[in-house]
Amino acid sequence: MIRKITLSALAALGIAAGGGAFAAGGAGHVEDYDFSFEGPFGTYDQMQLQRGLQVYTEICSACHGLQYVPFRTLGDSGGPDLPDDQVRAYAEFYEVFDPEIDDFRAARPTDHFPQSGLENAPDLSLMAKKRAGFHGPYGLGINQLFRGMGGAEYITSLLVGYTGSEKEEAGTVLYGNETFAGGYISMGPPLWGDDVEYEDGTEATIEQQSKDVAAFLMWTAEPKQNARKEAGFIAVLFLTLLSVLLYLTNKRIWAPLKKKGITPGE
Amino acid sequence: MAGIPHDHYEPNSNGEKWLHRRLPIVGLLYDTLMIPTPKNLNWMWIWGIVLTVCLVMQIATGIVLAMHYTPHVDLAFASVEHIMRNVNGGHMLRYLHQNGASLFFIAVYAHIFRGLYYGSYKEPREVTWIVGILIFVLMMGTAFMGYVLPWGQMSFWGATVITGLFGAIPFVGDAILTWLQGGPSVDNATLNRFFSLHYLLPFLIVGLVVVHIWAFHTTGNNNPTGVEVRRTSKEDAAKDTVPFWPYYVIKDLFALAVILAVFFAVVGFMPNYLGHPDNYIEANPLVTPTHIVPEWYFLPFYAILRAFTGDVWVVIVANWVTGGIVDAKFFGVIAMFGAIVVMALAPWLDTSSVRSGKYRPMFKWWFWLLVADFFFLMWLGAMPAEEPYASLSLIASAYWFGYFLVILPLLGVIEKPLPQPETIEADFEAHKAKANGGAGATEATPAE
Repeated sequence: MIRKITLSALAALGIAAGGGAFAAGGAGHVEDYDFSFEGPFGTYDQMQLQRGLQVYTEICSACHGLQYVPFRTLGDSGGPDLPDDQVRAYAEFYEVFDPEIDDFRAARPTDHFPQSGLENAPDLSLMAKKRAGFHGPYGLGINQLFRGMGGAEYITSLLVGYTGSEKEEAGTVLYGNETFAGGYISMGPPLWGDDVEYEDGTEATIEQQSKDVAAFLMWTAEPKQNARKEAGFIAVLFLTLLSVLLYLTNKRIWAPLKKKGITPGE
Repeated sequence: MAGIPHDHYEPNSNGEKWLHRRLPIVGLLYDTLMIPTPKNLNWMWIWGIVLTVCLVMQIATGIVLAMHYTPHVDLAFASVEHIMRNVNGGHMLRYLHQNGASLFFIAVYAHIFRGLYYGSYKEPREVTWIVGILIFVLMMGTAFMGYVLPWGQMSFWGATVITGLFGAIPFVGDAILTWLQGGPSVDNATLNRFFSLHYLLPFLIVGLVVVHIWAFHTTGNNNPTGVEVRRTSKEDAAKDTVPFWPYYVIKDLFALAVILAVFFAVVGFMPNYLGHPDNYIEANPLVTPTHIVPEWYFLPFYAILRAFTGDVWVVIVANWVTGGIVDAKFFGVIAMFGAIVVMALAPWLDTSSVRSGKYRPMFKWWFWLLVADFFFLMWLGAMPAEEPYASLSLIASAYWFGYFLVILPLLGVIEKPLPQPETIEADFEAHKAKANGGAGATEATPAE
């Protein structure tokens, strides 16, 4: 019976996830890149987040915003973990509108990143969670169970996936991309290789930069991931222990009733 | 409490006697906790406790979430992000609440199918069953409105589609739709009332749960054999039952710990697995998502809703008979709610005198086909509205209704049931002999 319940629970989970998985479809090829934060025990790579922040700052932020992300969180452990003075200095790069003085001023750590500057450039705070890279098969959601939702993989694939072709539609230039749904995207190729110079000496290939910024955007979307996995692990550990104890207690309590030859109630 | 004869609470000390004369609350708690429970319950009888824990967990996390959430179209989405980023432990609270809804529905579906297999809905437990279905309907309403609150794309478009269903009701549909939405479309007024009701309904569910428990404590639990506990004397009853404490409390707690371990693994390691990525995009009335899909627990009924399109002959007939009042859209709505109504009517549709499916050789097959049908409908509900899914949905929906309206009434007449054990005690002893191995297994078969 327990096996039956477990099987049906798994089946329910699988089919359940299929609903979401299938419907978000329509995307093209998504490569399954490796990230440090994958799996139940994966955590963010602090150096990668800092590199990703650099790519975001020097390239993406020209058009895109991160409106839900406060600057101060750049100093959070489990994130890029910048020292306080660097967070303050970083925030001052940005100008934010302050309704109290009715004017723009340099941002403070308590302010949020600005919103997107371009109307058709979406905000990137949650981009890694609002795109799923993996789907199916057959709407069953099994791929997501084993490979994860694939938000960061989607972003990396998209940034790497420019084919070089262009077409014009209603006065707008669209760029060929093998990951974007429909095969053409209005964002021009943002990365060409060596767009930034990494302080830690990592070679800034297109793929490296894409992976770094995708990891950074995974963090902006899910800043508490490390804490969450830790809490989950501790909960599972203690509940497993509790299960064992309760299993033994239960067996002990029922033993007199289930023992051979003894008829209870007499 | 009425029902199975057993020892009731007797106040001993003077203090207890003093309180008992004025408010017999200790007696009520004692009799509830010590209630005689059939001693042969299997692992499918654990879902009630899981559901109770889900309800408490959802209310507890929900109350704290409500302290930080803002029900306004311009602020709701950002306030959820605020919970996820700035509120201490907020990300855990929110993921527990979000995934708690899924656990709630996994448990309720297991609970319902348990009832359908072992005939728990049958006389004298019809009231328990009906109250249970009411709880299920309220749960669906609560979950639906809760899903609207984060104000993502799926929230908004789900709300638009589902409230739109009520617009399909002839004559009064538009008025009801405006009343539900608080205006001409899903907007701030809708969000506000959904928040208010999402907070209210769980407490109505608590009330109904008390009635649900009261009802089956009056009739006594059903059990895998469907054979009633002997009520001839306290001694006879004691042979068929064990007190709820400690036997089932510990057993349920063990099952609960296992289920919660899986639950926390989902919350900790893949909290968005059961969700839809589109709901991390803020609601935009100007952009319709490619596919609008409800949460997984609504998919079977969503599939039934969509199955009845204008080219299906029953719809054409209904349309013709009613002079065009029942169109395809309204027919779909009737079918969706009807799918739950036929379930509620199971006690009167099932004509078999045998309660448990264990002793019904033909019933078993049809029952497991219904379970498969349920999962099939769930899958179909997530598929786009095109062939071959449309035809398959129609077949699967037809079976859902066929099971309740045709098969259940017919089986009672044509089926030849297997012999049932005389008593619960006999069944329990037979199991014991089997588990302990040896010759005993053949001696105590139910047929004796």
